[in-house]
Amino acid sequence: MKKTKLAVWKFSSCDGCQLSLLDLEDELLEIAETVDISYFLEASSRLKRGPYDISIIEGSISTPHDIERITAIREKSKFLLAVGSCAVFGGVQALRNYTLPGEYQQVVYEHPEYLSSLDASSPVSAHVKTDLELRGCPPNKRQILEVLTACLNAKKPDLPSGSVCLECKRKGIVCVMVSKGIPCLGPVTHAGCGALCPAHDRGCYGCFGPKETPNTASLSAWISGKLGMSREDVLQSFRHINCYALEFCLESIKHEPKDSSERPEPD
Amino acid sequence: MSRRIQVNALSRIEGEGGLQLQFDAKGRVTRARFNIYEAPRFFEGFLLGRRYFDAPDFTARICGICPVAYQMSCVQAMEQALGLSVDEPLQTLRRLLYCGEWMESHALHVFMLHAPDFLGYKDGFEMAGDHPEMVRLGLQLKKLGNRLLASVGGREIHPVNVRVGGFYRTPLKKEMQDLREDFLRAVEDVQRAVRWIAGFPFPEYSRKYVFVSLSHPEEYPILRGQVLSSGGERIAVPDFEHWVKEHQVAHSTALQSELRGEENYLLGPMARFNLCRSQLTPLCREAAREAGIDQGTANPFKSILIRAIEILYACEEALRIIDGYERPEQPCVAFDPREGTGYGCTEAPRGLLYHGYSLDRDGTITWANIIPPTSQNQLAIEQDLREVAEANAGLESGKLRILIEQTLRNYDPCISCSTH
Repeated sequence: MKKTKLAVWKFSSCDGCQLSLLDLEDELLEIAETVDISYFLEASSRLKRGPYDISIIEGSISTPHDIERITAIREKSKFLLAVGSCAVFGGVQALRNYTLPGEYQQVVYEHPEYLSSLDASSPVSAHVKTDLELRGCPPNKRQILEVLTACLNAKKPDLPSGSVCLECKRKGIVCVMVSKGIPCLGPVTHAGCGALCPAHDRGCYGCFGPKETPNTASLSAWISGKLGMSREDVLQSFRHINCYALEFCLESIKHEPKDSSERPEPD
Repeated sequence: MSRRIQVNALSRIEGEGGLQLQFDAKGRVTRARFNIYEAPRFFEGFLLGRRYFDAPDFTARICGICPVAYQMSCVQAMEQALGLSVDEPLQTLRRLLYCGEWMESHALHVFMLHAPDFLGYKDGFEMAGDHPEMVRLGLQLKKLGNRLLASVGGREIHPVNVRVGGFYRTPLKKEMQDLREDFLRAVEDVQRAVRWIAGFPFPEYSRKYVFVSLSHPEEYPILRGQVLSSGGERIAVPDFEHWVKEHQVAHSTALQSELRGEENYLLGPMARFNLCRSQLTPLCREAAREAGIDQGTANPFKSILIRAIEILYACEEALRIIDGYERPEQPCVAFDPREGTGYGCTEAPRGLLYHGYSLDRDGTITWANIIPPTSQNQLAIEQDLREVAEANAGLESGKLRILIEQTLRNYDPCISCSTH
């Protein structure tokens, strides 16, 4: 039987999602035997042409060239898996989507004219169809393995649903917000990390992005009313690692100073 | 016709870059470029207006492979800006966390990315066919580094447990003791790996580098010290930006740096080893002696050996800290935000990483500057590419290209970091 051809692609990112795959130390060599690693620039100099059965995408779309590249990759990939906060929501670098075009370029570069950068950093799904998205900054490596295994066996992957809050309850961790007054995005954040932050006596900062139908308004009322968080701090809590995820974006906009002009919304 | 070697997308390195060498008719290199086209993410831009406490979590996202380095240089700079002094036990715990990062980052590069060059494989998977024991050993070392990161930092990539002033939660003594046996075994394993690597065929090349690393009278540099150069200069961390001049070139989205704006310099394991090797443990020094580099080395192809020796050091240092670990009374020192400016330098796996921040009285960031190791190494890398290519101009193009790519991997470049 022909082996499944796997490709891994990087866009604007920290490399952490690809590293999650390489962090499967006990399974890595077996994966390499089971599938045909056809394109994985970070790990191998063996580069095969497409089409590919599975393409894993890391990173956000942030240059004109990225748009061409992701379109071409989509065309030659049967199954396209977007992995991590950058690919799924545009990443922390999407904070520039809330500023004037070129504002940050001038802070960092003497010659912004040398750069070729889009005004906005956007998720893969804003440009091409994705077949599955795995959240998290970084994603949970066990979930990447689950998706790969499911693909190879043509079954549906078993992935966590619900909120971090539920994961936290299941683990029996005492609620940091109720018991210690620490603001926590756990009630509105998608499950998947295993409630890591509350387990370390801190509030969740939402690195897995919004859960399905999150009640962000209620959480904002709680952290500003009962915990006395300032309007600006509430805004920044939602405009964080996953600042361009729709529900977090909309909630953050509600807390903008009253006189601010219109800001862009995600597609 | 003049000869040209071009690699559009470099493999087995982190991030997006290429290289270009142009020869004249006499075989001299007229252009040697390390092209970095990784898309900029503008971290120093979007940090402005954020609160101090977001900075360690945000800057971790500069690099998935060395997030701890970013968190450590960041909290150090923030703590100086806020006038904080973090207790010794918490500093020691940070050093332990950092050891985990050196291990996982170095092990990935040594066994999966760089060793295949020396033995003629296209990747670690192929190499595992002929050298299964060593590849598995390397992966286990990487895994143990990751386990340490998760035990102290809460997560392998982008740890959640680091904060300005200390940690959110300090690990229990038992959690640390549980790691002990695996580290004891790892100390044995790395020594075997160092011997294996010492037998690699190393291309002959060396030049007089200006090495730069942190230097501290009491320890091999990771978290503290002054900035030392092999030219004998010693610079306090707050003066770093006056000493190192950054500038932008058209072929790289990462700013390049020169000392005083006039000479290139090299950071990373080679620099630390050459400047500070007397502070390594006796086992590490013995491993260096057996490998024939105990007097130092200016052959960058031997950086793979030094990385392996630094894995050994990180294992021994982790064991030492684990054995002396008592859970600190408080995970974090208490403070109120205030106005100030602070600077931090630590030794990332790839070399010295600098952060500088200014805060207003509410602790909001008003200025940020981050200078990663790979961006600083760019000019030294380009000089090496030029010299190695010229010395080996007689090779046919396919072989020369492989040698040149191997040369570039000597620095374990992290391009995502360099651009950020």
